[in-house]
Amino acid sequence: MSDIKKFLYLNRKAPYGTIYALESLEVVLIGAAFEQDVSLAFVDDGVYQLVKGQDTSEIGMKNFSPTYNALGDYDVNKLYVEKESLEARGLTEDDLMPLTYEDEDDDWAEKPSIRVVSSAELADIMDEQDVVLAF
Amino acid sequence: MKLGILINEGPYNHQASDSAYQFTKAALEKGHEIFRVFFYNDGVNNATRYSIPPQDDRNITQQWTELAEKHDLDLVVCVAAAQRRGIIDEGEQERNGKDGNNIAPGFRISGLGQLIEAGIQADRLVTFGD
Repeated sequence: MSDIKKFLYLNRKAPYGTIYALESLEVVLIGAAFEQDVSLAFVDDGVYQLVKGQDTSEIGMKNFSPTYNALGDYDVNKLYVEKESLEARGLTEDDLMPLTYEDEDDDWAEKPSIRVVSSAELADIMDEQDVVLAF
Repeated sequence: MKLGILINEGPYNHQASDSAYQFTKAALEKGHEIFRVFFYNDGVNNATRYSIPPQDDRNITQQWTELAEKHDLDLVVCVAAAQRRGIIDEGEQERNGKDGNNIAPGFRISGLGQLIEAGIQADRLVTFGD
């Protein structure tokens, strides 16, 4: 497939409580094989998906947060987190998993995948997309 | 215009499938092409032929089946989401040793790649969900 489109996965829900976060991640992983230009955005309770130290042992559900670590290997390395959503929940970037990727254009240097952006910046990013999948 | 449709919520519980149906029907009437309708999340529940809504109400699954027959629509149900929720065709029944299947005519079960392909091939991918 020759034409490359910009795909944005918009994650708006907490990781547990509903299945949206998990099934969004499943689309991202399958979609990675199609070699499109992929970004993820985390807004509202969606920012909780990236919080480090998740422990689901008391709720009988699988902790799928380690899977986010694998995204860099799938060339999914643009993870935008909305600043306002973090602030409204008393979170900072330090509360998030330190997700990284190896930049093949820069001698495989390890770089952070997460970028905290304002809601206005995120609006611009969304505006550039061809396909937005909101979960 | 070539359109892809994504339905992420189950029937009756949510209006997503009704709205998607009305939208798809209207788009076809206006001469647009529907590349594919993809069912994900609880949207896969739209594909069971075992639902029995009250007689004075619409039958959402049957509406999709009829629209698919009339316009040769490609109605695709995500296999992973369907397996979780017990939406099964004959192939899945055999593969998983189940005692029956419930997929409605006009629907087929396939992978998430079909959704990504719809995003790539269609001019617009329109999502109906929460």
